[in-house]
Amino acid sequence: MVSTTENSSFRAGFLAGLPFLLIGVPFAILFGVVATEAGLSISETVSFSLVVIAGASQFTAIQLMTESAPVWIVLVAALAVNLRMAMYSASLQPHLGGASFPQRAFAAYINVDASYALGIQKFEDVPNWPVRDKFFFFCGTMVLMFPLWVIGTWVGAVTGDALPDQLELDFAMPIMFLALVAPMVKSLAHLAAAITSVTGALLLAFLPSGIGLLLAGFAAMAVGAEIERRRG
Amino acid sequence: MSYTSAQIWLIIAVLGVGTYLIRFSFLGLVGDRQMPDWVLRHLRYTPVAILPGLVAPLVVFPDATGGTTDPVRLAAAIVTVAVAWWRKNMLWGAFSGAATMAGLQTLSGSL
Repeated sequence: MVSTTENSSFRAGFLAGLPFLLIGVPFAILFGVVATEAGLSISETVSFSLVVIAGASQFTAIQLMTESAPVWIVLVAALAVNLRMAMYSASLQPHLGGASFPQRAFAAYINVDASYALGIQKFEDVPNWPVRDKFFFFCGTMVLMFPLWVIGTWVGAVTGDALPDQLELDFAMPIMFLALVAPMVKSLAHLAAAITSVTGALLLAFLPSGIGLLLAGFAAMAVGAEIERRRG
Repeated sequence: MSYTSAQIWLIIAVLGVGTYLIRFSFLGLVGDRQMPDWVLRHLRYTPVAILPGLVAPLVVFPDATGGTTDPVRLAAAIVTVAVAWWRKNMLWGAFSGAATMAGLQTLSGSL
């Protein structure tokens, strides 16, 4: 029942997602190692990656658990890290809002940094794509990443060995996202928003993880929108 | 770590459900209703407003150097942005940034 164009949009998403495996897989393995070293069982560690699918917040939770923080602190801190995903959800709505409810419910489950960044970049490029194509592209970006995120966590949990060169690969993530977002800076308004975002996130880096980014993000969106409004 | 197994499963379950609801929020509840123009105008800037801020601390205060600013990583990030923007191409940018990082690290003898 899948038409040719849906097939090709799915494949385009799949291809776009491939470079991100370079970040996702080592990160998943590292999580498996760190979580089991902190004292989680293998099934707890793998379940973590399966239901949360958010690297930064998973590491935040494990870090606090290592320090035996109260349960509610672990929850609040780790959820705060993920608040940016509400902005992703809002930003995807104009593109995927027309999909069926089960499709939207599924898209929400796989709405992570990489799928959002790849998806929104594509949707801005081809805004007139039918919603089904946008949905299949979005799914394609995660078709390998999501299973490998879970399997990688399991491998790290079972072997207890991180990949060599882990410290060098830590910089693959910033490079990948910077390379993806730079071409999206298409106007003075975009540039001003990006500069506000960087400045705000650095100045607010002392706040609990995730909160500074959220405030910087709001400020940056306001700056971009205001410049667009004034310049027409 | 000093949690019972039940507490650990509670943490996993609440984080899973909470994160899902955050991701679902607008996409799920607004559906295909049209949002007001001023909201859409703000949302157009979401990627450039969030993604640069997401990685900026990792570039400026990298974990690998214990949070000290590292000229090599800074240079690699700048090359990445410049090339990706100039070529309008992610892979070109990522490749140039990675090559800059590898090259400068070899030069500075830290490999």
